[in-house]
Amino acid sequence: MNIKRYIPAQSLQQAYELNQKPGSRVLGGALWLRLSGAPISTAIDLSALGLNAIEETEEQFSIGAMSTLRQLETHPGLNAYTQGAAAKALSPIVGVQFRNLATTGGSVFGRFGFSDTLTLFLALDTQVELYHAGMVPLERFVQMKPDRDILSRLIVQKRPGAFVCLSTRNSRTDFPALTCALSRIDNEYRAVYGARPARAMVLRDTEGILKEGVTPDSARAFAQYAAEHVPTGSNTRSSAAYRAHLIKVLTQRGLLELGGNRHGD
Amino acid sequence: MEIKLTLNGRPVTGSVPPGLPLLDFLREKGCLSVKQGCETSNCGLCTVLLDGVPVLSCSLLAARADGHSVTTLEGLREEARQFVSFLADQGADQCGFCNPGMVMNTIALLRENPDPSDDDIRAWLAGNLCRCSGYESQLRGIRAYLDSRKR
Ligand SMILES: Cc1cc2nc3c(=O)[nH]c(=O)nc-3n(C[C@H](O)[C@H](O)[C@H](O)COP(=O)(O)OP(=O)(O)OC[C@H]3O[C@@H](n4cnc5c(N)ncnc54)[C@H](O)[C@@H]3O)c2cc1C
Ligand code: FES
Ligand code: FES
Repeated sequence: MNIKRYIPAQSLQQAYELNQKPGSRVLGGALWLRLSGAPISTAIDLSALGLNAIEETEEQFSIGAMSTLRQLETHPGLNAYTQGAAAKALSPIVGVQFRNLATTGGSVFGRFGFSDTLTLFLALDTQVELYHAGMVPLERFVQMKPDRDILSRLIVQKRPGAFVCLSTRNSRTDFPALTCALSRIDNEYRAVYGARPARAMVLRDTEGILKEGVTPDSARAFAQYAAEHVPTGSNTRSSAAYRAHLIKVLTQRGLLELGGNRHGD
Repeated sequence: MEIKLTLNGRPVTGSVPPGLPLLDFLREKGCLSVKQGCETSNCGLCTVLLDGVPVLSCSLLAARADGHSVTTLEGLREEARQFVSFLADQGADQCGFCNPGMVMNTIALLRENPDPSDDDIRAWLAGNLCRCSGYESQLRGIRAYLDSRKR
């Protein structure tokens, strides 16, 4: 990598100040930074700031920006809460050695269209902790323009819910052609679609199609609604039409897996 | 910048440019089992253990290994010797280029999960690309080794 200066930050404040200069970059796992090949005048390393742990309390998970995708994938509490959806969402990303380096912070801050990670966290009740802007709901953060703030943690509230993550790839370990996550949190259904190929978005059941719960008929109807309302585009991995078809298939499949009625049982 | 790390059990030091990948540092130190197979962090050929955890040395800055312990295949010959003949028996080495990464990652798997299922093996080795074999021969080789341990 083309790096002029490498600075292990001593505090978030120092990292933030260094990051205001053009050409500075915060290093997550640096996998995307490496691929992009852009020269970096100051590389800011957050490794020494104690942000590499996932802490769990009764109410929430606090996920440090430098925790790796592999930590998320193997965390017993997070997987118990998500019924294995975290591992299912993240394990298709390249390989174990890759996921031991890729960070939660880099994956979320990058707001990549193809992101399995964003899709997963949008299905949960997730807030992003930014050094300068404070706490921002992930759904809003995804829409924000990239700036020079520092992401320190994700906070996930452990509201009772059910979660399912699915994706389709043309070949194993490739970028996804579509990611899809479905959740029911306190009786509210959310469907999340990523790799459309635009950034992941949340679709809610504003029409009340699932108001009596998930049945084969309501799942089919919501899947049709999603296919008609979620914008898709074409790129080398898939055409817009195929993505719309995948939305229908994965939504129906995921809803039936999610199951339950509106009372959550 | 100056770095100091433990390489295959021995302390090593070096003066490295900030952008130098660990892979280049390790090869400079004579660990030629560590090879570059791609430019995109995708192939797994460059796998080494960082504090016992498998990582891609092509993608990790040498600066970030400062103060840590790095193990390459040169340091794990005995552990590898136990099962590489089973891979060879199944024709899993054709050109052999993928072999060091495959062996390193198999060692990491067996340390974490000494009795993996075939699906566990497939999932763990998904990040090691082989352009020759089609992966079935590696799977058969590891399975034969695991079965031999149970006899
Ligand atoms: C070959 C390849 C294949 C991939 N395949 C997939 C896939 O199939 N599915 C998927 O979901 N993802 C995939 N990814 C993306 C990957 O999972 C990570 O999301 C990505 O590499 C970013 O994580 P990182 O830790 O490497 O971040 P970096 O590359 O270090 O950083 C990414 C960006 O975020 C900034 N940044 C990092 N941390 C912070 C922070 N704490 N605060 C503020 N800014 C920060 C950096 O400055 C940079 O601009 C792939 C990436 C590569 C390179
Ligand atoms: S050389 Fe291909 S992943 Fe490192
Ligand atoms: S044997 Fe040739 S790349 Fe695997």
